[in-house]
Parts: sequence; C-alpha cells; structure tokens
Amino acid sequence: MSAGTTKLNVTVTDVVTVNELVKRFHFERTDGGDLPTFSGGAHVVVEMRDGDKSRLNPYSLMSSPHNTRDYTISVRRDDSGRGGSLFMHNRVKRGMEMVISYPVNLFSLDLRAKKHLLVAGGIGITPFMAQTAQLAGEGGNFELHYTCRTPALGTYADVLRDRYGKRVNVYYDDANERLPLERLLTSQPLGTHLYVCGPAGMIRWVRETAAAHGWPDETVHYEHFAAPQPGLPFDVTLALSKKQIHVGEEQSLLEAMEAAGIDPPYLCRGGVCGQCETNVVSYDGTFRHNDHWLTEAEHCSGKKIMPCVSRFEGKSLVLER
Amino acid sequence: MPAKTILSRPVYGTLSPQTGKSHLFVADAEGASAILDLAKKAPDGFFARAHIMFIPDTSRSQFQAALKALKPAQFYEGPSIAAALPRLRQTLANAHMGLRIYLAGTEGLIGQAMQVALEAGIDHSSIQTEHRGSWARRVQCVHCKGITENVTTQPATCAHCGLLLLVRDHYSRRLAAFQGVCINAEDPSEIPQKEEIFR
Amino acid sequence: MGINFRQETFRDDYTFRNSPEFVRRFPFPFHEDAYMYAVNIEPHVQGPKGTVFENLIDVDEHYVSEMRDRAIVLAEDPLRCQSLPHMTLAGWDLLELLMTEKANSYPDHFSLTREGDRWRWINRPLGIDDTFTFGDLSTLPYGPMEYITRQSQGDFCILDQRDGNLWMDAGMVTTQADWSLDFDIGMNFFEWHAPVPLAHEKGIFTRALKFLTNIQQGKPARRLNWTMTINPRLDTSPENYHKWGTDRATVTPENVGDKVHLRVELQSFWRLPRSNALVFPIRCYLIKMDELVTVSKWARRFHRVLRDLPIELAEYKGLTRYRPTVIEWLSKYDDGAPTSPGFAPD
Repeated sequence: MSAGTTKLNVTVTDVVTVNELVKRFHFERTDGGDLPTFSGGAHVVVEMRDGDKSRLNPYSLMSSPHNTRDYTISVRRDDSGRGGSLFMHNRVKRGMEMVISYPVNLFSLDLRAKKHLLVAGGIGITPFMAQTAQLAGEGGNFELHYTCRTPALGTYADVLRDRYGKRVNVYYDDANERLPLERLLTSQPLGTHLYVCGPAGMIRWVRETAAAHGWPDETVHYEHFAAPQPGLPFDVTLALSKKQIHVGEEQSLLEAMEAAGIDPPYLCRGGVCGQCETNVVSYDGTFRHNDHWLTEAEHCSGKKIMPCVSRFEGKSLVLER
Repeated sequence: MPAKTILSRPVYGTLSPQTGKSHLFVADAEGASAILDLAKKAPDGFFARAHIMFIPDTSRSQFQAALKALKPAQFYEGPSIAAALPRLRQTLANAHMGLRIYLAGTEGLIGQAMQVALEAGIDHSSIQTEHRGSWARRVQCVHCKGITENVTTQPATCAHCGLLLLVRDHYSRRLAAFQGVCINAEDPSEIPQKEEIFR
Repeated sequence: MGINFRQETFRDDYTFRNSPEFVRRFPFPFHEDAYMYAVNIEPHVQGPKGTVFENLIDVDEHYVSEMRDRAIVLAEDPLRCQSLPHMTLAGWDLLELLMTEKANSYPDHFSLTREGDRWRWINRPLGIDDTFTFGDLSTLPYGPMEYITRQSQGDFCILDQRDGNLWMDAGMVTTQADWSLDFDIGMNFFEWHAPVPLAHEKGIFTRALKFLTNIQQGKPARRLNWTMTINPRLDTSPENYHKWGTDRATVTPENVGDKVHLRVELQSFWRLPRSNALVFPIRCYLIKMDELVTVSKWARRFHRVLRDLPIELAEYKGLTRYRPTVIEWLSKYDDGAPTSPGFAPD
C-alpha cells in the first residue's frame, strides 16, 4: 500500500503582498466545499506547473485550524532558489486553479505540555500562526518569541501582538534586540515544551542551548524543511524499473524520477518525513545530502539517499527504484 | 529478575550525571549506593545544586552519613515512600525546566516517584533510573483494582478481594504496578502452589 | 432501506444470533487454510454491498442491543471509558468523524445538522435528539468521546502520536478480547502489545508502527484480527475474567454449535484532524459455529486453521481448554476438498 496523501483541487481566491519579501495566498476548494480541518503546525504540498516543469513545495498552513473555508500560506521570495517561491510570487494570481495535498502535520503540538514556549525566526512564524490560534481557542498556556530583521519585515508581528498582547515578544535585529534565550530557558515551569521554527542556524542554536540547560530531547520540537538546492546535473540508473534518468540543474532527483513515471511516496518533499528514502545499489562519486531524516552514519554509509532534497556528483549512481 | 521478559517491563539503567540546572534524587535503601556511585563520576559542584530525598528503610546506619557528605543543597530523610510523596509533588510543582530527575532503589520506589513525575508533566524517558535492592512487586488486581504492595510470590493473593493472582510482567507506569490476573478463573478448584520468586 | 434492529442479549440468557443474511456478510478473516500473524493492513475503502465494508463505519442489526450491553458494562465499571486530560480535543475529532460517517451512510437512522458550532444530532434507533455546541463540554451529558461511543458499536482506542510512537491515551473499551484499558492507558505501541507472543520477534510491530504513524487524513486503513469466545459475550474483559473464565470449561461435543463463537475484530485506523491523533475503532463481530458451518467453505477452512494453529497462539487466545472439542466437531464439516482462495463464501 502506498503512502502519501489525497490531493485537493483549489482556486486562488486572494494574493496579498505582506511586505517586500512575503506574499500571502488564499485557497478555497474549487468545487465550493469545505476544506479538511487540520491541526496547528500542519503543512500542505503545493504543486506548481510551469510549462513542462513541475515543482512541489511544502508550506505551513497559517490560517486558524478552525477555519475550513479557506487555507492560507505565506511564501518568502528566495531569489537564489530553484524558482518555486519566484513562481508563487510572479505567476500565481487570483482565480488560478492549483492542486495541493491534504494537510500533513510533522510539527505537532504536544498537548500534554503545561506550557508551550514558541520561538520563531523570520518566515518560520507561519506554523505558529496556526498553533497560537489553536492554543488560544482551547485556553492553552503559551508564549511566543519572534525575531526578525526589521519592523518592515516583521511579517505578522502586529497581527500577533493585537491578538495575544503580552504573550507575544518581538525582537528586531536592526534595533540590536536579541532573543534572551538563556533567561527564557531557565525560567520555564517544569512540563514546558519548546518549539522552534526558522533558519537552520537558529534552530541549531536553540536546540543546543536548550540541551545545555537540561531540556530533555522529548520537550524540544523543531521543523525545518530543506529546500531542494540547484546543483550540477547528474545521471542515475533506476535498477528496479530499469530506467536511465537525467537530473537537471534546477531539478530535484525526486522530480526527475516523477518525470520518468516513477512515483516514490512523499509527505513533505523537504527532507523531514522519511517517506521517499531510497536505497543505493552502487555508486562512484560523492553524495550531497541535504536532509534531516537520515542519521550522520547513514549519510556516510553511501547506502541511502533522500531524493527530495539530496544530490549526487560523480561517475555513476544506481538506485533501488 | 526473570531472564525472559516483555517490552512493557521497565528497563533500569545506571545513574549518570546529566546536563542540567539542578538535580533531584529520590532513593530508598540500597538505592543510596547508586547515588554514591554516580558521585564518583560527577563534576565539581554538582551536588551544590542537588536535592536528595532518601527513605532509608532498614539500612538506617549505612548510608545517611555518606549521602550527607556529598553536601547536597537539600537533604531529606523520610520514614516511608508514602510519607515522601507529598514533598516530592510540591518540589516538582515549584520546579523549572532544567531540573533533572534520578530515581534509585526498589521497583516500588522508582515506580511511585516516576508516577508523580509523570503527573508533573515530565516525560518518563528523560528520567534516570537504577534498580538496587529488593525485586518485590506492586501489583494491581485487574479485577477489583486494589494494589497489593511488596508481592514476593507467584501466584499471590490480592490483599483486597482475595483472588489468587498470576503476577504478570506487564507493567503500567501510570499505576506504578504490575498486572495481577486471576490464575484459576477457568477452574477455581485448581490451587497452584505459591513460590517465592520476587526478592 | 432501514435496518431491522434485533432485541437480544449478550449475557445471562444469551439470545444473540445472526439472521441468515447477516451470516453471509460476516467478515470471515482467513483468506487461506492457515493463519499466522502478518501486517495484513489494507486501505479502508468502501467494499461491495452486502459486506461489512459497504460503509466505513458499519451499523448492523445488533446495534441497539450492543449499545444496551455497553451501558450495563459502564454502569458496573466506569473505568472502561477513560481519557487522559490532553485527549479532549481528539474526543471532539472522533465525535465529528462518527456523526458525519453515520449520517452520510444511514440517513434513515441518523442525521446531523451543523450551523457553525451549533450542532443538532438525531439518533433515531436510540431515541436521541440533542443540540449542542461543538467544542463546549458543558453542552453534552458526557465528554465527547464517551457521548458518541455510547452510540457506536465496537471499542475505540485514541492514540496520541509523539516522538515517533503511538500512545494509548484514551479509549472506550467494553467488548475487548481480554485486555484492560485501565491498565494499558498511557502505554506506547510496543508496551500495550507486549504480552502478544511471537509477533515482536518477527518485527511485526516495528513495521506496523511505521505504517500507522504515517496514516494521513482522509486515508484510513484496516485489518482483521480474530479470537474465539464461549457464549456470545461481548464483555470478555480481564476485569470480569473470574466471572466468565469458567465458561471455557463448559464446552461439550453436544453444545459446540450454539456455544462456541468465532470472534472477529475489524480494526480500522484513522487520522484525526484537529488533534493529529489516531483513532482505532475495533469492531467485534460474533458468529456461532452452527451459523459458520452454513457456509461450507468457511467450515472446511476454519477446521484446518484451528487444527494447525501454533500452540503459543492458541494459548494467548485462550483456546487451549476447548480447542480439541471444537476441532473434532468441525471435522465433520471438512471432507478434505480444496477451498477457493479469498475470504468470500463460494
């Protein structure tokens, strides 16, 4: 039985410029029905059809989980990426029909927590938009700490302050304001859970500092989807389906497999969910691993690859697909 | 301890100093020796941020002096596990993240202290445990729900309803007890011999 | 067309039986002449008319009487229904799922009207007409899980998903095959399955857990499990084992047909949307040996399965005491002819 999710046909009902880097997109079901309910922290995979190219990127749902009329996501423009965010920014207009996946949650709240301490950096604020709505609706105890570059780029900082008042703390880099992480970590009541979403460096810093202050791993939650990186093109042999495929510069290995009619299961396409894990039969060259799923040892073993975000450079690569 | 066991049976480790802002030890009887062994590996100043709760049981003269010599920030000595639990609850209610918990001694002590810690919102896997001393079991009678303390025989008689219970390895952290199920339910005239096996 | 609900009992005088058309829809669990554990999970999608898979949440002729039996069990022992504090949201999820499925599949018997958070639920077979506010505990007579599972056949386990594992943190369990919710609540997937023999060594649970934690919203899955029960007793709980255990010694060659039942659990697995928890409805179907042998393929096959069952499994399922008597009785219905593959009657 294959994993993966059901697809939803949606229509873009609004595109809102939030600031110079971020746009917000609203989707409703094309057939007019209600969308599935979801839980705070869930994402959908958005399919972008661009001529003969297709890109599928995960974005956190940021609307209230109680609202099943429309879903909203926010996309930060990445000028150096493979073009997914540029496609969303430049090509997606109101009225356009698109396909998204059912919501999937790989960044769920631990509802046992006595308190939820939420730490966001930049566009990492989006899953917390939904989580704070969920927690506030249930009388949950939370505190949000949000760092961004400037007030102009403080996406939704005002909205959050209006909604939750003193439970929201914002720190601006250009004002030299710094998240008082150590103080935060030492002053939380026993039974608090910590959630962090933001740039990779920030996630590492928060996790390491929490560990150094005696926070058990079970209480520290994070989500970081890797974006597939462009890179040198390479050729791959798929042993089971007896196919040769070529992975283009701007293409991911997973996308190249799909273009050849091979459909490995996936839930996130960001190196987190583990669904598309693929065994390596043989190789001569170097792996460029970018996922958060395989262990360090597995990365070094040369036996596994996550085709959604990882690449290869070298003479030959044979995969068990 | 039986050689062949099942996955719900708790597995105990060896206490080792954890990274943390403060440390809470709860031990009974021989469990004190596990704290003393940990002390040999602990960094300087470790016990200046530690609270030790000790229930000496029958080992009165043996361990107190040695534990106090570790100079913990707080030292408590209680007459029984039941007497110590309200203090443990209060300590956890006022504690902050960064507190690490270490439990050592009998299964009854480890189980009941863990039960209080779970209620305080601590994940069981972040708690250090080490078994020392008796293997006597706390057993929940699945029929009447009463808990019988210090069970050493197989089968055992439920102290509440009197049914003869097969003591299983199936263990509930939430109840801090092993499961006891009527051993002769299909034929009450069968009365198996009791054997002393949990020591 | 409406269902004709039987008035019958699952205790004392045991008047339970299946009407002939319900015998043919029984979910016979053996697709070949032998049985061993397997991760026999498949998508829970609608099946043909006249099978228990016709609707994803099956309601049958035993509904009203099963719900009466559940009420009796709960009055005697309220610990059969428990929910840890963090599971209330999942309870609301389950309420929505069961009300929606029932109202869609059986509009003659159930109806749900939603105006925002204001919901009206009509359950005609049980004579219930309640209006309540979704999410507001004070508007229902019980917690949401208990409210809706007092109106739904089968046991229900709600599992929280954390740290790559599933935790049995809530449930309504009154028709179980010998396990105790009160004891197992709070355990993880491996812990509550710990007493099951043979399957751990075969890696069954590791693979099953990996599959289950990846179940997605809108894509439920299912599997069948089975055991046997003496008398059509739903409440074969360990709590009352000392009361029903002696039944196992009452099987004689003369009473096998009426007293011995094959008990099949249809377990389905659903992702719940608001809580991200999973729910396992465990639906129990009973069939008397007299009813089973009216389908000659099932009679032959069940004889062979029971005869060749590994001793550890027979012991775990509690069959040891009466298995030889039942095999002997069934052998009269097995002429040694080959059986066709698959579950269905020929």
